[in-house]
Amino acid sequence: MQDFSASFGLAFQLVLAADPDLLEIIALSLKVSLSAVAIACLIGLPVGTAIAMGRFRGRTATIILLNALMGLPPVVVGLLIYLLLSNAGPLGWMRLLYTPGAMIIAQAVLITPIVAALSREVVEQLHCEYAEQFRSLSVPRSSAAAALLWDARYSLLTVALAGFGRAVAEVGAVIIVGGNIDHLTRVMTTAIALETSKGDLALALALGIVLITLALSVNAAVMALRLTATRYAYA
Amino acid sequence: MPDGTTVSQGRTWAAPTDESECLGEAVGLVYRSGDRTLIDGIDLQIPRAGRTVVMGANGAGKSLLLRLLHGLLLPSAGHVRWGGRPLDDALRQQQAMVFQRPVLLRRSVAANIRFVLKLRGRADQARVDATLDEVGLAAHAHQPARLLSGGEQQRLALARALATDPQVLFLDEPTASLDPASTAAIETIVNRAHARGTKIMFVTHDLGQARRLADDVIFLHYGQLAEQSPAQRFFDNPVSQAARDYLDGRLVIRKSSK
Repeated sequence: MQDFSASFGLAFQLVLAADPDLLEIIALSLKVSLSAVAIACLIGLPVGTAIAMGRFRGRTATIILLNALMGLPPVVVGLLIYLLLSNAGPLGWMRLLYTPGAMIIAQAVLITPIVAALSREVVEQLHCEYAEQFRSLSVPRSSAAAALLWDARYSLLTVALAGFGRAVAEVGAVIIVGGNIDHLTRVMTTAIALETSKGDLALALALGIVLITLALSVNAAVMALRLTATRYAYA
Repeated sequence: MPDGTTVSQGRTWAAPTDESECLGEAVGLVYRSGDRTLIDGIDLQIPRAGRTVVMGANGAGKSLLLRLLHGLLLPSAGHVRWGGRPLDDALRQQQAMVFQRPVLLRRSVAANIRFVLKLRGRADQARVDATLDEVGLAAHAHQPARLLSGGEQQRLALARALATDPQVLFLDEPTASLDPASTAAIETIVNRAHARGTKIMFVTHDLGQARRLADDVIFLHYGQLAEQSPAQRFFDNPVSQAARDYLDGRLVIRKSSK
């Protein structure tokens, strides 16, 4: 029990003293996860919007598949990306394995279905509302898609933040493709796993505190955005 | 039968209007949903000038007819022509529609107008300001559109429709849920547009409003064209039994439905 108290004390000291090792891990975590979110949005938003606006054969099956992909197991994704990026794999020539690049790819693969599926739902709801008016105004498809994305921006930001939450808290995929190499691919979740197994609870707890604070901040930001948007009737 | 009056008994039809005075026409228009025939073989010609008011009891097919004429729905049979041409995107761009519940973008009042002007390639600020000024919403330009009152929202929807200078303006019960002052404001704007040469197609249940606005009346009864006549004649001396019953406030329930 005393060990735990001491560990908590040390953890807070590390956080408050802005320990350089701790900051390095946090910075890499944010860099990897934010990059993954950006890629997921670049792919997921257009895909979600296209499915929301489209009427094509197999649409329902596509939506079911997309929703199912939201639950992709991180270790399986990690393994697949590992196979692709390993020297013997088709993308081995890129030499990305055990680099932050590989971790970004793994997280992007994990959260792109989340962004696509959730944005499909958000955009489809708005599209139902706007569709007849857009048809009456003969709005071209590209303009309609842009208008839907813009008008749903607050809800879509929530979608992006949900993707970020999933990415930053994920450990299975990044530990396989990143390898948890000190000063190179060590992020918060992999560091917590490693330090816990080594018995260095202080650093693990410090990272845990930062991770929880980050999760709370993200949720608070989502709530604040929602409230602002509702207050101004943009949501 | 008085001149200029058309009575459709089932599918019987006699064209009432001179071709040069005809802006649009529907020929053999049918719309089915499942096994129900909601618009049943309507033939009509829409005069080039004036305000045409579409009337009929609930479920008569007024809103459906408007959507078919504007091309928002495709008919199950028959066709619609405007200026002798089948309806396409280019023609629809010369038309505009205002719905019973205004559909406003989640943006500011001015941005709603700017959106439609940008689509037509004439989104200058002066035009946005002039459009809002015309409907009395200039002071609300920077407010979120959805925070306007019901009457203001409908005026904005009307302003957005008129911003495109439509040749034909369809209005589907635009004042159904508005108070008398807001209704009067909408009617004033519609009359101004009509005076500038815009063809008005107006659906309403309100007999007083129909008397105020109509130059001619299309009366529907269970998806069929019961009567099309000049307004005065329709209100003074309706030819069809369905129209007489409607004007007298009698509820007519059809015994068998298609």
